Amino acid sequence: MSELKGWRELPLGAVPLKFSTEFKTGDWRTFKPVIDEDKCVRCMLCWVYCPEPSILWDGVRISIDYRYCKGCGICARECPVNAIRMVPEG
Amino acid sequence: MSLVQALEVFKGRVMALNGDEAVAWAVKQSNVDVVAAYPITPQTIIVEKFSEFVADGEVHTEFVPVESEHSALSACVGAAAAGARVFTATASQGLALMWEILYVASGLRLPIVMAVVNRALSAPINIHCDHSDTMGARDSGWIQLYVEDSQEAYDTTIQAFKIAEHPDVLLPVMVNLDGFFLSHTLQNVNLLPDDVVKKFVGIRRPVKIYVPYLGREVPLALDGKTPITMGPLDLQDYYFEHKMHQVKAIENSRDVIMKVNEEYAELSGRSYGNGLVVPYGLDDAEVAIVVLGSAAGTVRYVIRRLRRRGVKIGMLRIRAFRPFPVNDVVKALKDVKVVCAMDRSLSFGALGGPLFNELRSAFYDEGSRPIILNYIYGLGGRDIPPSAVKVIVDELLNVAKTMEVKELVKYVGVRE
Amino acid sequence: MSFAINIKELAKKPPKLLPGHRLCAGCAAPVLVKLTLLASEGPTIVVNATGCLEVATTIFPYTSWAVPWIHNAFENAASTASGIDAAIKALRRRGAIKDERVNIIVFAGDGGTYDIGLQALSGAVERGHNFLYILYDNEAYMNTGIQRSGGTPLGAATTTSPAGKVIPGKLQQKKPIADIIVAHKAPYVATVTPAHWVDLMRKVKKALSIEGPKFIHALSPCPRGWRYDSDLSIEIAKLAVDTCYFPLWEYENGVWRLTDRSLVIARNPKLKKPITEFLKVQARFKHLLRPENAYVVKKLQDYIDAMWSDLIKRAGLK
Repeated sequence: MSELKGWRELPLGAVPLKFSTEFKTGDWRTFKPVIDEDKCVRCMLCWVYCPEPSILWDGVRISIDYRYCKGCGICARECPVNAIRMVPEG
Repeated sequence: MSLVQALEVFKGRVMALNGDEAVAWAVKQSNVDVVAAYPITPQTIIVEKFSEFVADGEVHTEFVPVESEHSALSACVGAAAAGARVFTATASQGLALMWEILYVASGLRLPIVMAVVNRALSAPINIHCDHSDTMGARDSGWIQLYVEDSQEAYDTTIQAFKIAEHPDVLLPVMVNLDGFFLSHTLQNVNLLPDDVVKKFVGIRRPVKIYVPYLGREVPLALDGKTPITMGPLDLQDYYFEHKMHQVKAIENSRDVIMKVNEEYAELSGRSYGNGLVVPYGLDDAEVAIVVLGSAAGTVRYVIRRLRRRGVKIGMLRIRAFRPFPVNDVVKALKDVKVVCAMDRSLSFGALGGPLFNELRSAFYDEGSRPIILNYIYGLGGRDIPPSAVKVIVDELLNVAKTMEVKELVKYVGVRE
Repeated sequence: MSFAINIKELAKKPPKLLPGHRLCAGCAAPVLVKLTLLASEGPTIVVNATGCLEVATTIFPYTSWAVPWIHNAFENAASTASGIDAAIKALRRRGAIKDERVNIIVFAGDGGTYDIGLQALSGAVERGHNFLYILYDNEAYMNTGIQRSGGTPLGAATTTSPAGKVIPGKLQQKKPIADIIVAHKAPYVATVTPAHWVDLMRKVKKALSIEGPKFIHALSPCPRGWRYDSDLSIEIAKLAVDTCYFPLWEYENGVWRLTDRSLVIARNPKLKKPITEFLKVQARFKHLLRPENAYVVKKLQDYIDAMWSDLIKRAGLK
């Protein structure tokens, strides 16, 4: 948690200070998804269903954004070709 | 005022209006974008009159006939957040129903103007005048201005937009007028010309603030494109700090209220004391009455006659109850021997009414201070005729003689 | 009207609801928000009622919203939206806004809609404001600790309708909220789930192309409150539709249509699954699997069957 600001430094109207992308929820998980790139058919369903979102698509590959992934397992459950396994967080 | 200015004023109109209509005319002239309101006696005429202006195409305002007062203020919050100038009006139970949103409006720093036509709170249900409704909202962070007559209701509504939208303030404003005594009685009201009011209030331009996560200054408004978040959740670590912003803002509003009063006086020739308090006959007063709202008219009538007979009595009408004009009150009354605070509302279980308590608190640290008495009057529309004021005056003069107080809090006009 | 959705193109754009929010792992609500905002183009203002979504995405000093967003209070999302709609009309009238259209999208839970928020919603629909109201229905007041709401189904255990020795969970059926909005004659009403995402996006796109008040009832499975493992949210949404517990339909100017999987089931009644398939994967219903509570399951099944056959008739299918 960063240093707390005093009231004189805060914006008017309680407008927030940062996007939540600065809050890494990746440390919530106990299991993490691992993608088998050979099996992945780029159907995009894991990307569609990810709640964070912590699945990245760069136009070529699907990858997991482990900074935010909470390990819910939806991607592994929904992948139609079983390309994603949930493995215990090391 | 110059000759040119005087002629400008003369180009306005004089209309016979009741207090509600006067407010509606003020709103009509003030470039208001959205009016969202729900009817409740004795405010209904404001909304009805304004609806006529809308139906006749005389204003560009979007009128939202909401399904409850809670939704009225909620819609005002949404509209003000989207950058519009908004107005609503209510009374009594309506104000009570929107109570939670009052705090949202001030917390989000939205310059909403609301006319409250003071009416007693149920139960038992009573549609007549007292100040219990707005007094119940005195902690909500709204600026509260109490007017004495319909002319002032008109003038103050116009001023309210300027006060609310001032960048050092950005707080919602309640313009309080006594139910039925002002809302439903006719008075000759001087209206300023349309273009004069339009120029005075201008157009609402949302204030720019620096948003850290965008790294730039943006208007504090929902424009559809700039990702601004309004109304977040504060945990224990930030709520207190955000409230300090409101403390500072309402302290700033004292100067702004006075300044706007002055600027308006330039245009209209009408000024209300210094904007915060209106003294009468206090220069040599030995005893004085402090009062809010329309009863001040009756009090002044009684005092004027007494002064002609040589009684050294004065009156202080408080226009701005929030922020409470501590310094002005002390300055005006410090040499007075006995003061009576007239309260048109109760604070059950407290030592006296709200005005009484604020006055006592203002004087507590002063080296020399007047004896301060409390009279509760006029609840539920109970009339306060000159004879009742005379009762208060007699008590004041008695105490001034003996400098002894037998009963601090008394009630006038109620049958035992 | 056809809508082409190129998900690979849409997925390259930066998200409008950012990660780092504190919604539970496996929560369906952010999936609903993501799909809705993907289907909306141009200036957009989001109004959020108090609840899980609002609280978890705006814990000061953080915000997850990369779109303009306001939270007012619990029961007034629809009135807040009404005010914004009025402001936009007025500002446009005096030339302060040049945009042809600004999408006002409300996200409110079953808490802020079925019960405390019903008045505001009804009033806003009656007045014909231009906004899209998305009800994300997790079937209880989840944010305050899983208390029952008007949206809780018959027999579900919640903290204020627990499955006890005498009373087997909630005794009342789920309030037909979307039907209530249809009865208001709103121009567009539909049901969606996060699982049937193409159907959802198509409905959102269609809704946003219509003037007036639009209402979309979205089922939002909740791992915590419905008590199942976090990876099953999408599967449970599919079961809700397959058992006809939550059929997918749309209502547009007096015409009813079944859509997606529900249309398929209507044409192939053998595909309809018994409600027990939906109940047995959620521990909020586990008491219903006991023989003494079979009557509750029957009551629920009968209700679902009656609603389904009524829906088929309204949609003009046999």
